[in-house]
This record gives sequence, structure tokens and C-alpha cells, in this order.
Amino acid sequence: MSIVPILILSSALFSLGVYGMLARRNAVMVLLAIELMLNAVNINLIAFEAAWGTVGAIGQVFTIFLITVAAAEVGIGLAIVILVFRNRATANLDDFTLMKG
Amino acid sequence: MNSFIKLGALAVEEVKELSTGGWAAENAWIMLVLPFVSALAILALGKRKKLWGSRIAIGMMSYVFLHGGWLWYLSITQGVVYEKAVSIGDVGQNFHLEWGWVVDGLSSMMYFVVGTVALLVFIYASSYMKGEKRYAGFFASLSLFAGAMLVLVASPNIVQLIVGWELVGVASYLLIGHYWENKENSSAGMKAFLVNKVADVGLIIGAIMVAVGAGSFRITEILHAAEEGTAGMTKVAVAGAGLLFIGAMGKSAQFPLHVWLPDAMAGPTPVSALMHAATMVTAGVYLLARFFPLYEGLGEPVRVYIMWIGAITLLLTGLLALVQTDLKKVLAYSTLSQLGYMVTAMGAGAYTAGIFHLFTHAFFKALLFLAAGSVIHAVHSNDMTDMGGIRKFMPTTYKTFLIGSIALAGLPPLAGFFSKDEILVGIDIANVTGNQFVLWTAIAGAFITPLYMTRAIALTFFGSYKGHGEPHEAPKTMTIPLVVLAALSVVAGWVNIPGVYTGFATWTAQRAEEMDLHHAESFDYALLTAGVVAALLGVVVGWRLWGKDAETQEARDTFEIPVLYPLLRNKYYLDDFYLWLVGLIKGPLARFVDWVNSYVIDTIVNAIGAMMVGLGGIVYTVLDQKGIDLFMNGLAGLAGGSGGKLRLLQTGRVQQYAGAFVLGAVVLVIAFVAIG
Repeated sequence: MSIVPILILSSALFSLGVYGMLARRNAVMVLLAIELMLNAVNINLIAFEAAWGTVGAIGQVFTIFLITVAAAEVGIGLAIVILVFRNRATANLDDFTLMKG
Repeated sequence: MNSFIKLGALAVEEVKELSTGGWAAENAWIMLVLPFVSALAILALGKRKKLWGSRIAIGMMSYVFLHGGWLWYLSITQGVVYEKAVSIGDVGQNFHLEWGWVVDGLSSMMYFVVGTVALLVFIYASSYMKGEKRYAGFFASLSLFAGAMLVLVASPNIVQLIVGWELVGVASYLLIGHYWENKENSSAGMKAFLVNKVADVGLIIGAIMVAVGAGSFRITEILHAAEEGTAGMTKVAVAGAGLLFIGAMGKSAQFPLHVWLPDAMAGPTPVSALMHAATMVTAGVYLLARFFPLYEGLGEPVRVYIMWIGAITLLLTGLLALVQTDLKKVLAYSTLSQLGYMVTAMGAGAYTAGIFHLFTHAFFKALLFLAAGSVIHAVHSNDMTDMGGIRKFMPTTYKTFLIGSIALAGLPPLAGFFSKDEILVGIDIANVTGNQFVLWTAIAGAFITPLYMTRAIALTFFGSYKGHGEPHEAPKTMTIPLVVLAALSVVAGWVNIPGVYTGFATWTAQRAEEMDLHHAESFDYALLTAGVVAALLGVVVGWRLWGKDAETQEARDTFEIPVLYPLLRNKYYLDDFYLWLVGLIKGPLARFVDWVNSYVIDTIVNAIGAMMVGLGGIVYTVLDQKGIDLFMNGLAGLAGGSGGKLRLLQTGRVQQYAGAFVLGAVVLVIAFVAIG
């Protein structure tokens, strides 16, 4: 099976993620977009492993790591978003400019 | 081992086999270090736990007493001669700075005396000083005082001796000026310190001379060189011995450097007791004893002066004690007089007699001071015009004071009798010029001593009470040391009875260097009679003069001879003479220094200053302002400007940052693709 369609899928997913991250104003949606990008990477890892892997399931292992890291990241990210929402009654990223120099 | 000791022709007892003393001697350093540790501990704790000040000090001193007493016991039974020195550095080629301790007959006797007297004084002081200012600090200084004296006594070399010597001076300064709020007291401390400093110049120069002459700082080697007649030593022996004696004159308060001691009464009474009995004034006599072989051998010509200065001191200061109204000052002049006896004995070559008197005097003089302190504590005055009739109020104090006085007066069979008699014999058999004249001076002193003590007892304890309120007997912690010291004052003389038992002479002769002893082998009955008759005469005359009670103490104190009395009241005008002398030198010297200062030094200083100012001006305008500052300002402007621009990039919008990040990633991807 050719690897190309899979790579097209993953690049589409990644591009969607980039677009979502940059364009959405809601913080929760931005977090979701980041999850999309991570999953695009996961697909790539497994595809490359299936196509050219030589020493075992390194790609799969990496993927499992990534899923774990992504779960942790979402946990922390959502916690931050909830706290910010409680303090400022909004999840709009454009309003969070406290760090302006 | 017996070859270490060569007893003189008159010595009677063969020295026992010498030993090194074992554990106690090897670890004598604990005894030397402990007082300093306790002084620091007291200072650390003192602010919060005042009572611990006295507890730590007494606990520490108990150990010193036990260790010192054990060493003295070993020295008596086994004849310990032990010396330990740890090198701590070199000076030049052959001179080693060392730290160590000596345990022999002389030093262990001193450990015992210092330990005993200091322990009793500490116990006494814990009660005497109760409620006083700086209670804990006082005990820290007392510990320092005792520790300094132990370091001095233990020193196997002359450098450590000087260190201990100066530490004693510092501690005495702190203690004499304990009530420094009063200007007089702090001046008294200063006076003691400065007079001692004058003498210390002699000590230090003398020490350097004999050390260079002998080629070593070690006392045993110095004494060895003195005995062998080493070339270098022969040249400096007389001058060195003389200068060392000047140092001893300061600490042991010999005429005319005695002026500090009566003023030192400004300190609290326990300090006086400690200072007069064990820790300070005995240092000079100890120095003479430690270097005795030097004075016996090459330094022999100096002995005439030592003997005469001792004789002058014992007579003149004894007379001064007759006119004092301050009870403590009577005792202070009495100490001076007794120190005169010790020094005379040393000068006459009577080693045993001198330190035997030191030994007995330590007990009865500590007793007299502590008893006087007990009276002063009750009456709240030093002045005998406020006393009288105390006998009825304070029986224990009265009895112990009486015992101390009898011991001091030299009446048998108390301690002072034996030591004074030993001194008289020692002077009599000395082959030093003028010893017969000095002998009569000493017998005159034996008359004066009971005279002033009878006066002091009559004015203080007899007649009717002339002060205010009603004095009460001191608490147990104060009377117990008095009783113990009284017992010691009775028995201390029995260790050296000529012809019967002469243990003391043998014990203190056990030293690493050979020495000749001049020692009485039996009573000289003519001298004994002369001494006792003089003492009894003193008591009788004293009682006739001062025994009668009168309306006031001034009226009772009727001993006023026209010329002599003002002379004595003004202490031979010695203090005035010193002030005049200092004034005489100070004026021209100050003017000369001022002239040098304003014309020579100032000119140089001003020239250098002007040069520096000029140079500074050039550096400032040219280099600093135009060069360095410009560069620095430029740098700062650059940093500021770029910072101003760059801060615009930081918008605080997370998505802009993310966008920049993606852009960067894209650029990298393109770059990798392009490169291949």
C-alpha cells in the first residue's frame, strides 16, 4: 500500500490544526486544534514505521508516548482555561494580553 | 633521674624518684583551655540565663581545682617533672613558637593555689555579686583571669609566658573597671593597665635578650644556658635578668611601680581577693621563681637590686597601710608589703622562702579580702569610719578575719609565721651586699604588719557601730569560703617547718633544671624571737593606739605625726610626681610633635594631596568625561533604544506568537527542502 494517501491525510489534519490554532478566538477550540496537530504527527509516525521500519515498533511506541503527553497537556491546558474563565468571565484569547510588554 | 635536682647544702631531704605524672600531666591542657571555653560559654549564654554565668564558672573552676590539686598531690608523692610543647610556627632559623605546659613542683603548686583560691572566690562571688550589673559578664572575666594566670604559670617558653602575662593584664583591666559607669573606676582600670604596660616594656625586651642570648625561647634551655655560662648568654644575662625583673616589678607591684594596686580596689571585692592572692600580683614573684637559676647564676649582680627594691616596698607600703581609712586599701597596702617580702627573699636567693610566702599569703590574703568584702557587703561602705563593732553582728566574718590577721601578722603557729621566719633566715644567710640592713628592715616590717592589722580590726570590729542600719552576717555561700580559707591559713604553714618537716622545699625544688637552694634547716632562734617579739609589739602598740572607742572613728584614729602623716596620706606624693613627670614630658613632646606635624608632615601630605588633585582633574575632564563616559552613554542609549523597539513585538497575544512560530517552522521546512 502506498504511503502517499496517508501522508495527505495527516498533512490535511495538521493544516486544519494550524488554521484552528491561529484563527479561532476561543481558547478551548485552540486546545482542540493543537490535539489535531498532535494526532497528525501520530499518523505520520505509524505510517513511516509501517513503510520503512527496521528495528521494531519504535513509531508505535513514540505514538503511545505522544498520546500520554497530549492527555497531560490537555489536562493542564483545560485547567488553566477554566481558571482564567472563572477570573475574567471569558475564554476569548484576544482578551488575555496581560503579558504585553 | 636524681641528677635533675641538685639540692643546696642546707637542704635536708633527699628527693624521691621523679615521675612524668601520667595522664594528669599529659592532659593538663584541659585545665588551661577550660577557663577560656567557659568564658565564651558564659558570654554566649549570659544575656538570657544570668545565673548560668556563675554556675558554669564554678563548675569549670571545680575541675581546675581537682586537676590542679591532683597534680600537686602527684608532685608531692612522686615528684613530677613533665614538659610538653607543641610547635605552632618558626621565627627565623632557630626560634620556634611553641605552645605547651609544664608540670613540675613550682607550677603544680601554683595550679593548686590558683584552683583553690579561685574556686572559693567564685563561690563567694556568686553570692556577693547577686543582683549586680553584668553578673554573667563578671564571671566571664573572672574565668578569663584565672585562665590567663594558668596559661602564664604553665608556660614552658617565654613567649607563652608573655601571652599569659598580657591576658592577665587585660582581664584585670576588665575587672577593675567593672563598674565603669563611674569615671574613677574605669580610670583605675586604665591606670593598672598602663603602669603594667610600662613594666612590660622591660619584660619584653628582657625576654628577647635572654632568648637571643640562649638561642631559644624555651625556659629550660635559657636556664641551661645560664648555668653553663654559654657565650651569648653571658653577654646579656645581667641586662636581661634586670629587664625581666622590671616586668616583675609591674605585675607584682614593687616600689615605685606599685601605684596601680591600691587604685585597683575600685573593682568588686572578689576581684581584689583573686588578684591579690592567686592570679595577678603573684605573677611577678612566679617569674622570679621560674627564672631563679638565671638569677642564681649569671644574673647574680641583679639580685642586690631585687632585694633592696623588695625591702623598700615592704617598709614604705607597710607604713602607708597605717593611714588608710578604706578597709580594702589597708589590705591592698598590706599585700604590697607582703609582696615586698617575697621579692626580697627572691633577691636574697631564698627561693623556697619566697614561694613559700607566696603560698601561705595566697590563703590568708584571700581570706582577709573576702572577709572584708563580707563586711562591706553588710555595711554598704568601704570606709572604716562607717564601721565599728561589727564583731557583734557578724561573728563568723569576725573570727575568720581575725585568723587571717594573725596569720598575716606572723604569730605562731599560723601560716604567716613560718613563711616570714623562713624569709628572715633566708635574708640572714644570703651573701648579698647589705643583707643585714635588709634583715632589720624586714623585722621592722614584721612590726608594722600587726600594727596596721590591729588598727583595721579595732576600727572595724570593735567599739560601737557608726554606720547606718543594722548589718547582718553574710549568707552561707559567702561564709563557707571564709571558713575553708581560715582553715587553710592555719595549716598552710605546717608543710615547711625547719628542722621538723621541710616537704615544701623539696616539692617545689622538683624542676627540670638544676638549682641551688638556700633553705633553713632549723629554726634560727634569735631571728624567730626577733620576729615574734616585733609582731607582738605591733599588736600591743596597735591596741594601745586604736583600741579605745570614741564618738567618731576620726577621733579614734589618733595616729597623726606632723610631717609623716601628710606624707603617708598622700602616698609619698608618688602619684603627683608621676603626673608632674608626665606633664613635664608631655608639654615639650607634644609641642615638638605638633611642630613636626604641622610643618613637616603637613607639607608633604599637602604636596601629595595637591598632586593627586591635579592628576584627578586631568583624568576626570579628559579621560573620564570625554572618553569613557561617551562610550558608556552610547552603549546605554543603544540598549535603551533597541529595547524600546523590541518591546513592541511583545503584544501579549498568544496567537501572534503561535503564528510567528508556525512561520518559523515553515521557513525551516522550506530551507530543508531547498537544501535537500
